[in-house]
Amino acid sequence: MDTLNAIVQVLDSTIRLSVPLLLACLAGLYSERSGIFDIGLEGKMLVGAFAGAAAASVFHSAFIGLGMAILISVAFAMVHGFASITHRGNQIVSGVAINFIAAGSTIILGQAWFQQGGRTPALQPGERFESITADVISNFLATYSFSTASVADLLVSIRGLILYLPALLFDALARIPGFGPIFAELVLGHSVLVYFAFAMVPFTWWVLFRTRFGLRLRAVGENPAAVDTAGISVTWLRYRALICTGILTGVAGAYLSMVQNGGFVKDMTAGKGYIALAALIFAKWKPVNAMFACLLFGFLDAASIRLQGSPLPVIGKVPAQFMQALPYVLTVILLAGFIGKAIPPRAGGVPYVKER
Amino acid sequence: MSTPYAKLPAWADYGLIPLINLSVAFIVAGFVVMLVGENPLRAAVILVEGAFGKGTGIAFTLFYATTFIFTGLSVAVAAHCGLFNIGTEGQAYIAGLGIAIVCLSFDSVLPWWVNFPLAIVAAAAVGALWALIPAYLQARRGSHIVITTIMFNFIAASLMVYLLVGPLKPAASQAPQTRNFLAGAELPKLNWILELFGAKIRSAPLNITFLLALVMAFLVWLLIWRTRLGYEMRTYGHSPKAARYAGISETRIIITAMMISGALAGMMALNPVMGDQHNVAIDFVSGAGFVGIAVALMGRLHPVGIVLAAILFGMLYQGGAELAFEMPAISRDMIVIIQGLVILFAGALEHMFRPYIQALFASFSPRSVGMEAVKGKGA
Repeated sequence: MDTLNAIVQVLDSTIRLSVPLLLACLAGLYSERSGIFDIGLEGKMLVGAFAGAAAASVFHSAFIGLGMAILISVAFAMVHGFASITHRGNQIVSGVAINFIAAGSTIILGQAWFQQGGRTPALQPGERFESITADVISNFLATYSFSTASVADLLVSIRGLILYLPALLFDALARIPGFGPIFAELVLGHSVLVYFAFAMVPFTWWVLFRTRFGLRLRAVGENPAAVDTAGISVTWLRYRALICTGILTGVAGAYLSMVQNGGFVKDMTAGKGYIALAALIFAKWKPVNAMFACLLFGFLDAASIRLQGSPLPVIGKVPAQFMQALPYVLTVILLAGFIGKAIPPRAGGVPYVKER
Repeated sequence: MSTPYAKLPAWADYGLIPLINLSVAFIVAGFVVMLVGENPLRAAVILVEGAFGKGTGIAFTLFYATTFIFTGLSVAVAAHCGLFNIGTEGQAYIAGLGIAIVCLSFDSVLPWWVNFPLAIVAAAAVGALWALIPAYLQARRGSHIVITTIMFNFIAASLMVYLLVGPLKPAASQAPQTRNFLAGAELPKLNWILELFGAKIRSAPLNITFLLALVMAFLVWLLIWRTRLGYEMRTYGHSPKAARYAGISETRIIITAMMISGALAGMMALNPVMGDQHNVAIDFVSGAGFVGIAVALMGRLHPVGIVLAAILFGMLYQGGAELAFEMPAISRDMIVIIQGLVILFAGALEHMFRPYIQALFASFSPRSVGMEAVKGKGA
């Protein structure tokens, strides 16, 4: 039972740790598939985290925080677009610039506005996204009643009605002896952003491979001249791809500062944007693969935290630094073409010059 | 397909446009200072005074500049070959290992003037080796050098943390760093040169590596513009196709350029490690590798420009420290913003103002921008 418990705990933290990676990785997927390299995922996540936590604590609302995180992150994505699409600048240089501006400005503004050494104030309940635990669900089922007293009540009631059936299902699943507690630990007990992140995987797949927008987005990343010839604006398509990127990095940042942590801490992304980039390559620019790559990298992180100092069977003691370096090592090996071949979108990194 | 931009006279290309880009970067930085509630002009005055007002300030400015000359040259050499070496940070960090091995082995037996060349060779070799794998993967397997060098930065960081909390740390100590070097691995200071000019210096870490940096800048100029290898590198940077057609070996040129770049990055470690701290500590590079990107872009990849840009960034670092004393709302992280803005405006947006300047030139003298030729092509 003890081992099972340990395994469930590691898997649980795997999910928590892979969510920001997954969101950032899908964000990168949109821009890279449209032919725009984005080294700036890290910076956009960081400004998202800062804007989210700052707005949430000033306006006392988690949703305003999330909105602000998305807004600022999209604004940064637009700077990237302005430099690399409109002015045909070097996309990597622009991404590097964004990372620096983000790292510096979050600390400077945080210190100037909140005077807590670059932190934002600790978020209170209601200012951050709460976890949906088994208790929350059974509580909801117990207290739910349909009310038409006012318009607001009616809206809440209708929302509740929609949520009622899934809640009933989850409640029943959580009560099954043996399986129930594991289910409650792994699947329940996360914040709404976690479910959003995993829902984005099939959604992104659908957008990219089943919609006209997705087809054009992929085409513009492979052969922009062909898209241009078909009379579709390369510029506007790539800007739209970057808006998608900004939205997702904003949510990723909000997750870091409003779910995983109760506030913003300086440099809290700590290289996650780069791991997401690695995961994107590892996934060969495909959404479902991206989820597995992020879960793998999240698992390595969770395992290295769990194993700190304790020896493994057979292998013996593994230094934590080795586990931390493993995602990067794996990506390099993949890039070297030893595990399949990672082929990036063909027009990636090349600014498009319209024929004239 | 036509090239997007027509030609400008050289002085506008190498003087005016970079100057405009730089000014815009600083104006935007000024807005950030205003947003924080301070006066940007006063901030600028404090910054410049902190960097150049006193002898100690000048010495510190040049000390930081030394570091940035190396990293700037490193980025520039790779860039001339069309390669974006974002791994300068990691190459410099791992070079600390080479220096540590030399210094910890010989600091009690050999004098500094023997240890210094040994350490230069060790640092350059380790840095070059760390650049070798990404270079090989780019040349032979087509893996994108930007991504692999980023990955190698993280791998270097993990490796160094492992070594510095484990094997390299003295058993009795808690701090994650090597033991302090003895006198045999301490580089002589250069403060006396400034004192010749009447400046008073209390204590500043400016040391002999500054001269090494200047020598390297000269050698890089020699390499890029006066040797066959440099010519091949520039050819490959301009047009890999043309280089291949001319019979230049792609593998050889990529690997050579990256190893030179890595070696220059590695030498950067000499300055803080042997010149200042006298030990190898966790994160001693602290972002200098990335500053190198800004320095190289601002210096237009030319050694003279790089030395000037490095001094400017040295000034920002030293002046920024003074600024943090005077204006508590502004910490040293302001420099990180300025750095980002410089990279943005001098790098990614370098062509933003060009059309306007071209139009301006064209209205004065159409011939100077080659308007007739462009018109002839039917633009």
